[in-house]
Amino acid sequence: MSHFLDRLAFFRKNIDSFSGTHGVVTNEDRTWEEAYRSRWAHDKVVRSTHGVNCTGSCSWKIHVKGGIVTWETQQTDYPRTRPDLPNHEPRGCARGASYSWYLYSANRVKYPLVRRRLVELWRAERATKAPVEAWAAIVEDPAKARHYKKVRGLGGFVRAQWEEVEEIIAAANVYTAKTHGPDRIVGFSPIPAMSMVSYAAGSRYLSLIGGVNLSFYDWYCDLPPASPQTWGEQTDVPESADWYNSTFLLLWGSNVPQTRTPDAHFYTEVRYKGTKSVVICPDYSEAAKFADLWLHPKQGTDAALAMAMGHVILKEFHLAGRSEYFDAYCRKTTDMPMLVRLDRRGEAFVPGRLLRAADLDGAMGQANNPDWKTLAFEEADLSLALPNGSIGFRWGESGKWNIEEKDARDGHEVRLALTLAGREEAMASVAFPYFGGSAPATFHATDHAAMLHRNVPVRTVQTKDGPVQVATVFDLMVANYGIDRGFGGGNVAASLDDDIPYTPAWAEAVTGVSRHHIATVARQFAENADKTHGKSMVILGAGVNHWYHMDMIYRGIINMLMMCGCIGQSGGGWSHYVGQEKLRPQTGWLPLAFALDWNRPPRQMNSTSFFYAHSSQWRYEKMDTSALLSPLADAGALPASLIDCNVKAERMGWLPSAPQLEANPLGIAAKAEAAGQAVPAYVAAQLASGGLKLSAEDPDAAQNFPRNMFVWRSNLLGASGKGHEYFLKYLLGTDHGVLGKDMGHEGGTKPAEVAWHDEAPTGKLDLLVTLDFRMSTTCVYSDIVLPTATWYEKHDLNTSDMHPFIHPLSAAVDPAWESRSDWEIYKGIARTFSRIAEGHLGRERDVVLTPIMHDTAGELAQPYDVADWKQGDCAPVPGRTMANVTLVERDYPATYARFTSLGPLLGKLGNGGKGIGWNTEHEVALLGGLNGTNAEGRPRIETDIDAAEVILSLAPETNGEVAVKAWAALGKQTGRDHTHLARAREDDKIRFRDLQAQPRKIISSPTWSGLESEHVSYNAGYTNVHELIPWRTLTGRQQFYQDHAWMRAFGEALAVYRPPIDTHTLAGVRGLADERPSMALNFLTPHQKWGIHSTYSDNLLMLTLNRGGPVVWISEIDAKSIGLVDNDWIEVFNANGSLTARAVVSQRIPSGMCMMYHAQEKIVNVPGSEITGLRGGIHNSVTRVCPKPTHMIGGYAQLSYGFNYYGTVGSNRDEFVVVRKMLEVDWKEAPHREAETVK
Amino acid sequence: MLNSILFGLYPYVAIAVFLAGSLIRFDREQYTWRSGSSQLLQRKMLMWGSNCFHVGVLAILAGHFVGLLTPHEWYTGLGLSVPNKQLLAMAAGGVFGLVCLLGITLLVMRRLGDARIRATSSPMDIAILLMLFAQLLLGLSSIFVSAQHLDGAEMLKLAGWAQHIVTLQTDAAGLMADVHPIFKLHILLGLTIFLVFPFSRLVHIWSVPLGYIGRSYQVVRRRGGPAAVRVPGRGR
Repeated sequence: MSHFLDRLAFFRKNIDSFSGTHGVVTNEDRTWEEAYRSRWAHDKVVRSTHGVNCTGSCSWKIHVKGGIVTWETQQTDYPRTRPDLPNHEPRGCARGASYSWYLYSANRVKYPLVRRRLVELWRAERATKAPVEAWAAIVEDPAKARHYKKVRGLGGFVRAQWEEVEEIIAAANVYTAKTHGPDRIVGFSPIPAMSMVSYAAGSRYLSLIGGVNLSFYDWYCDLPPASPQTWGEQTDVPESADWYNSTFLLLWGSNVPQTRTPDAHFYTEVRYKGTKSVVICPDYSEAAKFADLWLHPKQGTDAALAMAMGHVILKEFHLAGRSEYFDAYCRKTTDMPMLVRLDRRGEAFVPGRLLRAADLDGAMGQANNPDWKTLAFEEADLSLALPNGSIGFRWGESGKWNIEEKDARDGHEVRLALTLAGREEAMASVAFPYFGGSAPATFHATDHAAMLHRNVPVRTVQTKDGPVQVATVFDLMVANYGIDRGFGGGNVAASLDDDIPYTPAWAEAVTGVSRHHIATVARQFAENADKTHGKSMVILGAGVNHWYHMDMIYRGIINMLMMCGCIGQSGGGWSHYVGQEKLRPQTGWLPLAFALDWNRPPRQMNSTSFFYAHSSQWRYEKMDTSALLSPLADAGALPASLIDCNVKAERMGWLPSAPQLEANPLGIAAKAEAAGQAVPAYVAAQLASGGLKLSAEDPDAAQNFPRNMFVWRSNLLGASGKGHEYFLKYLLGTDHGVLGKDMGHEGGTKPAEVAWHDEAPTGKLDLLVTLDFRMSTTCVYSDIVLPTATWYEKHDLNTSDMHPFIHPLSAAVDPAWESRSDWEIYKGIARTFSRIAEGHLGRERDVVLTPIMHDTAGELAQPYDVADWKQGDCAPVPGRTMANVTLVERDYPATYARFTSLGPLLGKLGNGGKGIGWNTEHEVALLGGLNGTNAEGRPRIETDIDAAEVILSLAPETNGEVAVKAWAALGKQTGRDHTHLARAREDDKIRFRDLQAQPRKIISSPTWSGLESEHVSYNAGYTNVHELIPWRTLTGRQQFYQDHAWMRAFGEALAVYRPPIDTHTLAGVRGLADERPSMALNFLTPHQKWGIHSTYSDNLLMLTLNRGGPVVWISEIDAKSIGLVDNDWIEVFNANGSLTARAVVSQRIPSGMCMMYHAQEKIVNVPGSEITGLRGGIHNSVTRVCPKPTHMIGGYAQLSYGFNYYGTVGSNRDEFVVVRKMLEVDWKEAPHREAETVK
Repeated sequence: MLNSILFGLYPYVAIAVFLAGSLIRFDREQYTWRSGSSQLLQRKMLMWGSNCFHVGVLAILAGHFVGLLTPHEWYTGLGLSVPNKQLLAMAAGGVFGLVCLLGITLLVMRRLGDARIRATSSPMDIAILLMLFAQLLLGLSSIFVSAQHLDGAEMLKLAGWAQHIVTLQTDAAGLMADVHPIFKLHILLGLTIFLVFPFSRLVHIWSVPLGYIGRSYQVVRRRGGPAAVRVPGRGR
């Protein structure tokens, strides 16, 4: 009825009373209450999460009302933990809670979009030509190609039909594969763990057609190379719940409350148990307020701090006040007892490689891999022992690859000698490199020689080459740390106050941290570990891993943990948290993602080297190896130019290549056949004769360009693209802000291995396709933008290293507007590709090059010195001295059929990972039952849920039966039974809809080194220490010592302090600064508070919380000196480019550095640059990649390539920029005006 | 002709829109029936602004109601002469008018001067405030006109007009023919405020919660009252 008429009954509304006159009962209208009730009533509540490379990996309730996603709230139904361990929830932060904004925001990509100039050309050609011919007509005409490429990033999108854009993409792919080779089609998508099926959609398509998937973890510089170096493991870390088991937490550059928000509660809670917490961070970060002690070293000098702490620990817990626990732990699980050959250098020695069984006459009786078996002395009688577990035992034999304290020859128990002190035959003067004597810019250099001689106790071993002096790794380490053991000689410190590397007093000068604090923290860290058997933990991450010499910082810290027996112990260890790299059901996912069920091997490429070459950043290189090599290195041991080192590494099979060869790989097999040779032999011979050339040797030649690129689940150009402006110039061919000049103009070390073109080509990419749900910076620069489903509109899987659960993304609503899930998009492209390929590509034989891979028998390729076949050191032998060469049969018209069904190779070859394999026919049959089979009897993979079931059924982590098989397979290698670790869950089979009901704890698997059980939290290295499974390194142990020739050449055999490098990016641009006050500052790009790794920086709700656009943090002191006040517009520039932002002037920041949170995009509130005249750039506009040659090493046990496992990394912290106040803020809002027709 | 449209016809149009509009809005747009307070955004100027304005305007409203609609004979019967009544009206109106002026001036400054309140104001929020401001200034300035005619004759014409209007007599407009223009303007603007009333936040006047003064401590609404049929409402 009418509200008003109801009111007319005013005098009749009171119908009763109670409690005298205190209460009255009325019959007034109550319909208004409905609004409050329906406020919390929904059509449905669906479980999903955010696929955003966020380690939080939080399960969320997605609320749908009236068919619209209204909001999300935290799920609170995680499986419970055990007594005295807090539960995981609530998980979720404000950034995640703001996600639903994207679904219906103005920034949503709603329809397929295509660059207007391109589609006009396409339609004109297509009117008379078939698709492939139409594409050829456009890209083969330079004027036409230039016409659409040069306006990339300047708007100009029009809406298109799905059918049309699929046809353009497929035509481009067919044309490129046919004309140049399928390895000219590349795709970039990061972090499969955040949405495994979506990643697999694109990578499966690319792998079926022979395209290349680009790596991401190394490119992001989130990969800590120290981890593969030390442990042979990409990254394996404790879950956040294990912080609660710790009694001493050292937060080193990691900002837990800000960047690990949903896990921070464990950190808060454990402090109530009495756990001590020390925070090390140059700025007053949010974590600093949790600290009992906050140390703030000069940024980038963390290695010095770690070395000084190591000095104290070694001195006070391994020498003087020996810890029984540390001693036993290191003897058993590290390379400390291993013997190192000393090479004579004049009167003195330098540490050489590890002594091997093959060095001895008779090779210790080893016929299998004696080159790869390391030796130690037995403590009792100093006789040579051959301990179990070195990598030689991993391949070619079984049963001895374990770290039982046994001699492999006869299995007798051995106690290995850690030191020769007191039993030495001689004291040798050994030279150690020291790099802290010079340092760039504002970093402190100390007054010490570049070569420090120290006395080390040695003994002589008779080798087949004669007598050789050997020392233990432990004795060399103690000398390297500069500790006086009474052996005489110089450069050692008797007191912590001596100014000798690496005492606390020395570190005080370098880092600015008081020597007393350094010694106190080191002592407490070690004392705690001694008493608790390893419950000291270091939490660290991108903050310290993004420096050029990050592996020195990390090894300095890891050394502390290994010395104190913390690795693999509950509550202890190395907690490196960056992105969501832990793809728990990895071995179930790999076959789906890389189409291993149809073709092996897939093409994969390390992105840092790829982008360094193809965005021509190498042309601007100012660093050469002479600035990096150890003073002890032989002159000419390495090429001077960094890209030469990379070419050499590709040539020797260390690193992958893409594109691979100058010739189209689809045409090589026929030529080999004509020559009557097997393909690998033919390729090797042709490479040697020059008939075939690696693309890497001439990246600026048109036949070596990457031509088509897919970007999905990523914002390559707005976030991770170091050297952003070089991407714009060389890959895209559009307006760019590169301010420096290349080495052709500026001089510099031109490469010897790479052809130099005076005029570098621009606009190498013919087609850039981006899949996204929001109009990101990358979309803005693309040719085609495909609208993809959001995280609430598709089915997928999600895991993290921070918790042990696997849980889903689910479609709460259908994809809005014309968007589709990634799986459906690539399926559609595959369908069109298959149709268009007819007549152009049929059954083809593709020659695929793959580097020598870690965790394969091939990793035992080059045991001693570096041999380069091109320099005549050896012959090119595929898989040994050069890349593997494999012939892969592709059936291009069947691409769609293969994409949507599970291929025969899983049944035939089995499945596996990380060096173990198992039969998986049973799981293939299971999938046939679950998903149904197609006409050929193959299990279907039609939908994203089908794809998820493939992953879940094949992976040991989600299928207990497979877990038992996998542990049994590992047991064969180690000679020990590990199946008890999974037996209890053998019958568990986790399916997709189980996950939608509740997150599930994964099953322990040998793919990983931690356990999931009711007794321990996940802790990396746990099974190594407790199940005696070797680390996948040369010695089978945790390695303090890196004996590869290049490691020694760079002075990094043992951890040392190396100051930041000088990137020389200011010299050229100083002239651009006018009389306005400006200053040079170190430029850091940490994870941001309002976005990255949780949401994106264009999220309106998050923008509202901060300044509404990009900001750069700067100290009060520096701001004052150049006349800046808070919120001023500033320009930040160097030779690489320029960016504009507002200044946040804060006490938080120390003088000498500025901080720009990672991935603030140029699509929101970015004015024009006064210097370039273009719109200001992003944080990566002032960075450029500078690869480190030690990361190129391959073919050598743990230093062998693996996708995202080892390889060059994109560091960016050493960069300096000029900062100055802007006079004029120009929003650049005029429309683009330029000729619209092809001239 | 114009005079009879403005003062004979227009009053009925304004009152009709005022009543019917209020009724329709109350029935159909319950969620918009509110005072639109911006106290959450800024409260420091409200202490003086809002309180002075409301005290002043309520007193003035009451004064107009009593003064205009009380039949002439009633107060003379009580011994209040016409000139004295005018003096009383001028004095009371002047005092409360100044109080109200202080308040509304603050409110105008606040609404136009505070960026957040300006940004969250609807055009009608600003218009109605400015109309009230103008009406108050007109009312206050009429005191000076009244001071020229202390005999009360002008006042009687205005009261007569008002009483003719509400008693539906046809010749009301004639009474207004030669009053001072400032009164004409004041009345026209006043009628216009009635006209736009249902479209503005002024509707909150209808809902002055007088019931709170004398109600029981606890009010229980019975399940299944007269409108117990649940309307499957759209949530908001």
